[in-house]
Amino acid sequence: MKGRISRSLWLGAALTLAFVGAALLSFVWTPHDFAAMDIPNKLQPPSAVHWFGTDHFGRDIFSMVMVGARTSIAVALVAVGIGMALGVPLGLAAAARSGGLLDEVIMRANDLVFAFPALLIAILITAVFGASAVNAIIAIGIFNIPVFARLTRGGALSLWKREYILAARVSGKGAARISFEHILPNIANLLIVQGTIQFSLGILAEAGLSYVGLGAQPPTPSWGRMLADAQTLIGLAPHIAIFPGLAIVFTVLGLNLMGDGLRDLLDPRLRRART
Amino acid sequence: MLRYTLKRLLSLAISLAVASVVIFVAIEVVPGDPASYMLGINARPDTVAALREELGLNMSPPERYIAWVGGLLQGDFGTSYTYRTPVAEMISERLWVSLPLALFALALSTLVAFPAGIIAATRRGSKWDLGIMGVTQLGIAVPNFWFAMLMVLVFAINLRWFSAGGFPGWDEGLFAGLKALLLPAVSLALPQASILARVMRSALLDTLDEDFIRTARAKGLTRRQVLRRHALRNALIPVLTIIGLQFSFLLAGAIIIENVFFLPGLGRLVFQSISARDLIVVESVVMLLVFAVVVVNFAVDLAYAAIDPRLRKRR
Repeated sequence: MKGRISRSLWLGAALTLAFVGAALLSFVWTPHDFAAMDIPNKLQPPSAVHWFGTDHFGRDIFSMVMVGARTSIAVALVAVGIGMALGVPLGLAAAARSGGLLDEVIMRANDLVFAFPALLIAILITAVFGASAVNAIIAIGIFNIPVFARLTRGGALSLWKREYILAARVSGKGAARISFEHILPNIANLLIVQGTIQFSLGILAEAGLSYVGLGAQPPTPSWGRMLADAQTLIGLAPHIAIFPGLAIVFTVLGLNLMGDGLRDLLDPRLRRART
Repeated sequence: MLRYTLKRLLSLAISLAVASVVIFVAIEVVPGDPASYMLGINARPDTVAALREELGLNMSPPERYIAWVGGLLQGDFGTSYTYRTPVAEMISERLWVSLPLALFALALSTLVAFPAGIIAATRRGSKWDLGIMGVTQLGIAVPNFWFAMLMVLVFAINLRWFSAGGFPGWDEGLFAGLKALLLPAVSLALPQASILARVMRSALLDTLDEDFIRTARAKGLTRRQVLRRHALRNALIPVLTIIGLQFSFLLAGAIIIENVFFLPGLGRLVFQSISARDLIVVESVVMLLVFAVVVVNFAVDLAYAAIDPRLRKRR
């Protein structure tokens, strides 16, 4: 039995769509040019002209938040993609050879990556290659690999014991074909839900990295960097710190609510356990 | 238990060995010549040669690796190029800020999350439950460094109850030190407490559904007795795992929060070293943090096996 679409799913999807929409819209339209400086009008509070006010260079904060959504979403999305593209096949392979050397090596390697929080990976990468949005993506992506590998392995292991898998083996299908044709479609639910959660964690991670200067570099607008710029001016003009922060909170909240709602919808058995 | 401990100890040693190779290769082999990287492109060749000599770069990479690890094992973390002081000294100085901060945050998070999770689980579906779940949902979504900035705005700039940053040092007394660490610790603890409260709630809900809880109620124990003697004890197992995992997030999170509050901890040391291109310091601090994460997870695994004998056999 499928669950019904919950209120949290609606709210989460609406918030997520709003930010994805703002990011896409920013390619063709923003209220002002996000990079245009207007020093005489710096640090203006929100008004009819500048909805979120202006920053210390007189740039329009609303436009910057819209363009910043682009950076955050792109970084987090690609990082989740890297995690899935590498983690899922590894997890499938580990489950197919469960208990074997391959399984052991993959799982130990995963443990190792878990010992490096995303920020430490980012620090290592930036210490060597310098800070950039691409390096932030790689750092968050590497961190995502073991998350998906573990989830895939766990889900796949329980499926390997099912009778229809046995039937597929009897009919002569190899482990790789079974993994992709029978196992993967059956754990897609799990992966989608985890993907939403990692997406929101990726947005938080990107904001944190950009905040400390290890992520997107000027002139690419980024929510984390806007907050870093705002830090010394927060006493003078609180709005320049409040709006980018709220953008992060609502995006992450939207994705988390959507993840919870999707899990309830796709797997009603889990509903009680975590909500 | 001894067998299990030895097995875990072996895997701990392997993890640390591989991690040290990864860090060494990333910092000392990948960039080509660390000496010219550290000095920048305008360095004179004889200065680079002198630094190469000082860093022992004339040895082969495997020899350098062995020298580095051998030094680490004896507590010799090398000498910082920019500060000209032993890295071990710098680290131990800053550890007095970072470690109390992480522990303070962990204590705050646990103190808030346990009652919140228990209330939510035992009053499932009530206004309390909904309220706690709503607040924790928000707590997970708020970036801790932004929350920290808002607290600075309210409590330091507007109300002037706290200073906006800096650390007076423990010489000024325990109270002054803790006061300086309070806002950073609260901002670190917020997301962790939210996650922990949710885990506590769901673990407790799972346990309260079990047959042995019904049996305990049937034999005449009150709800409170059942909760204390049976439910909480069993629910603690997943909660303990999460607390262990959170320690690594606290360490990593502290790196960012220390920058918000200008605390002279390991995190600021790392960023100062990155901008000064002082690779020796970056290398050793990252290794130390990884070491801490691996060892804490090892300790949690052991505690886990001590609480739940079933786990010793399964692995």
